[in-house]
Amino acid sequence: MGMHLGDMAMIDRRIFLRNSALAMVGAGTAPLWLERALYASGAPAPRKKILVAVFQRGAADGLNVVVPHGEKAYYRMRPTIAVPRPSAGSPDAAVDLDGFFGLHPSLALLKPLFDRQHLAIVDAVGSPDPTRSHFDAQDYMESGTPGLKATASGWMNRALPGAAGKVSPVRAVAIGATLPRALRGGQSAISLQNLADFQVRDAEAAQQLEQMYASATDPAMQSTGRETFEAVSMLQAIRKQPYSPAGGADYPRCPFGDSLKQIAQLIKAEVGLEMAFADIGGWDHHVNETGPRASQGQLASLLAQFGQALSSFWTDMGDRMADIALVTMSEFGRTARENGNRGTDHGHANCMFAMGGGIKGGKVYGQWPGLEQGQLYEGRDLALTTDFRDVLGEIVVRHLRTPSAAGVFPGHSPKFLGLV
Amino acid sequence: MRPSAVLALVSASIVAGLPALEAWGTSKSAPQPRAFLARIAPADRIRQALNRLTYGPRPGDVERVGAMGLEKWIEAQLHPESIPENPVMADKLRYLDTLDLSSSQLVRDYPSPQVARQMLSGRISFPTDPEMRILVARMASKDQGRVQDGAAADPNAPQPKTLADLLNPDQVRSLATGTPEERLAAFDALPAIKRDEAIVAMGQGMRRALFAAAPPSLRRKLEMADGPARVVALDLSEAKLLRAIYNERQLAELLDDFWFNHFNVYLDKGADRYLVTGYERDAIRPHVLGKFRDLLEATAKSPAMLFYLDNWQSAGPDVRQGRPQARRGLNENYARELMELHTLGVNGGYTQKDVTEVARCFTGWTIDRPLLGGPFFFDARRHDDGEKLVLGVVIPPGGGVLDGEKVLDILARRPATAHLVSRQLAQRFVADDPPQALVDRMADTFLKTDGDIRQVLETMLHSGEFWSVGAYRSKMKSPLEMAVSAVRAAGGKVDFAFALVNQVARMGQPLYRKMEPTGYSNSSTEWINTAGLVARMNFALQLAGDRLPGVKVDVADNASPGTPGQGIRLGSPDFQKH
Repeated sequence: MGMHLGDMAMIDRRIFLRNSALAMVGAGTAPLWLERALYASGAPAPRKKILVAVFQRGAADGLNVVVPHGEKAYYRMRPTIAVPRPSAGSPDAAVDLDGFFGLHPSLALLKPLFDRQHLAIVDAVGSPDPTRSHFDAQDYMESGTPGLKATASGWMNRALPGAAGKVSPVRAVAIGATLPRALRGGQSAISLQNLADFQVRDAEAAQQLEQMYASATDPAMQSTGRETFEAVSMLQAIRKQPYSPAGGADYPRCPFGDSLKQIAQLIKAEVGLEMAFADIGGWDHHVNETGPRASQGQLASLLAQFGQALSSFWTDMGDRMADIALVTMSEFGRTARENGNRGTDHGHANCMFAMGGGIKGGKVYGQWPGLEQGQLYEGRDLALTTDFRDVLGEIVVRHLRTPSAAGVFPGHSPKFLGLV
Repeated sequence: MRPSAVLALVSASIVAGLPALEAWGTSKSAPQPRAFLARIAPADRIRQALNRLTYGPRPGDVERVGAMGLEKWIEAQLHPESIPENPVMADKLRYLDTLDLSSSQLVRDYPSPQVARQMLSGRISFPTDPEMRILVARMASKDQGRVQDGAAADPNAPQPKTLADLLNPDQVRSLATGTPEERLAAFDALPAIKRDEAIVAMGQGMRRALFAAAPPSLRRKLEMADGPARVVALDLSEAKLLRAIYNERQLAELLDDFWFNHFNVYLDKGADRYLVTGYERDAIRPHVLGKFRDLLEATAKSPAMLFYLDNWQSAGPDVRQGRPQARRGLNENYARELMELHTLGVNGGYTQKDVTEVARCFTGWTIDRPLLGGPFFFDARRHDDGEKLVLGVVIPPGGGVLDGEKVLDILARRPATAHLVSRQLAQRFVADDPPQALVDRMADTFLKTDGDIRQVLETMLHSGEFWSVGAYRSKMKSPLEMAVSAVRAAGGKVDFAFALVNQVARMGQPLYRKMEPTGYSNSSTEWINTAGLVARMNFALQLAGDRLPGVKVDVADNASPGTPGQGIRLGSPDFQKH
């Protein structure tokens, strides 16, 4: 998405205004109206499209998340951990989606989104690289180049439109203590743990430190320092605002719930967010994945958080969802058979969710490869029929309107599924 | 490419302005940059040694090493037993009394709410210590709603009292108001027999307010009242900070961190809450400069690792347990991480078939009652005693516990393992992208000396690369290194370390709480980001302003006019590197 020359001049003027105004009142004391005025001055700028990426770290068990209840082999291979077939009124049964697939009962909150066609699911999707290493597989999924370790940047960073002039210092944000691989690269991107704490508490010291980072000899330190101070002053105004989610959205009290809530807050503050990243860990269920019933146990409670957070975000954003696409991924799936400890080991293909106003939801995309012995990948895992780059590539091109995905996923020509 | 890229190869990807497309497909296996051939000035050698082989220089360290002679100082660091223990450290660690206990003692003496419930219901014997009896009763009563009717309470269990039951309104008021010192005086004024019960009865807020002024013995009681199980984790983290700051055997301390991270376990995974103390003390610390094979076996047989990577539950396919419900079978988790992370590396030449075969070899390597802190034991009934083929080596049937040990023999001596370990050491101690030639020489030593870690380090420390321009001040400090080096540089005196522990977590490195088996990256690029930078600057300002609870620094040092204050120095870009 290119920027018009007129916009550029406007933004330059705003940046100039911002810098001089902030200098005038002293960093740390810019009033709310001023911040707002600086970034929303003049005619309302066209709203940018926003991409929110969610990474489920640890390899979620896709077969128990989106349950192929129409597949006999599924129940044969998972005698103690399978999610029961849909059954009206049962809190432990899969929530039917299309007569073949169903959601894990702990994701029941997502069913209305699916029914309203704001949620699409892609199944048997993932990275074509055969690795079953968490680290490598996450690395490949975040770099966007499976099998290529030397790729220095992440796919999200490459998907950020190149900017010739000043852009919002908070256009790309990861919630967390470190910057994920997916957002590293040439375009500036920031990480923050939580909005309230994202400031240098001593204003005078902050000014001195800002100068020191500006003249740091180490280029990474210099650029990260600049990103830090710009983002801190940008977020000055919204930091102290108590945030009340709209529509009665009730984010779960867990790190992932907090992450999505803060992303929502950033979006609503209109500070120029284009790309956000959040992750949720703890999916590596080798042992006791499921409790005595499908609605209990480790996977169920994690999915309950996950589902409640996504559904709250959707409620909270309301009409704003029209400009947002949220997509979820996990490094690989898990074995089709349960292992000896009521858990599952590292597998291959998985499922992805895509949510948003522009998403053609209400459908499970992808070709189902089957779970009979001859249909399994290496005789043990769900086979892969869709490359994760096809899903992300389509969102990058059709939602973010990047002219081509070639620079984002080098060496791969995405085949669009038609989900945007 | 900008010229400085040679010095900051890895960070090149983060440099703003680098065109996005240039960033993919570029290989990191560039020819050895000249920077690793150029030696640093002789005057910088002591600083390089202190930067990389300690948690950062304290005032006067450069002179001390100079007086001793750099070679001699390094030799001493490589033989830590030759360095007398710092009595200041010993004195501070003395109060952290969980550090020396066995896992089973920890479970009983620092019970979790679950164990407390079992004590109350008589399934585990009630503690004899009267203070502990009060605590356990209190913990169990908190979730009495959940205790089932069938579990009859121990008639000997004491009934917990409220503060109003124990004290008169004036006493309660004086405990709840004033400075920590005033509250302590009010506490000391209570009749001795009421103090222990009052600690348990008062709320967490009142305990916290008392803490800052309390002597160490009282602090322990206050911490216990917050939950005994939490004390175990707290002691571990505080000890790590105290040792890093005060231990004179600095290299050994860095290596403890390196090897723990290499064989990472996660403190908050179930039984590991009680198993990690013994893991670090008995499996890691004794071997940090020893033979890799010994270290590998110590971790393989440690209850902490067996629990963390699930091997304790792994069993052969033919095994039938007594109860029909307890279906057991193979679990690949440990076998895979053993090869990927602990030894060969992900490209070390093993297949999925090898993972399954290795997992079969380790069936029966389990824990005797993990939830009670039991030890390693080999359960022959769970072992798959058939023939296995591991990396082309036949392991004949009937080997029992020796199957796993043979696997460790094979893995510990493979060239891929030598290279992985050498590369990681070089990445931690020399540079984020260490020259291949150095890694190869270290790996040669590894193979020639049967994995003698001290000799591998000697090769590294006698290399030109370690003392090169490419290595010198090229790495970003990890949050732990940042926090500890700041306290050392500021000459801080640590009374208690939990606030420091929290700061390290805030900067991005929660200690003992890296959930993934990979541990934290040895490459320092992981730490360059905005969230971390904000946290580092705030920490620096708080520490230098003498506002960090438990750490005393000399504020007068800030006052010299014309130069940046200590907080600015510690938060500056220069101080983040070493």
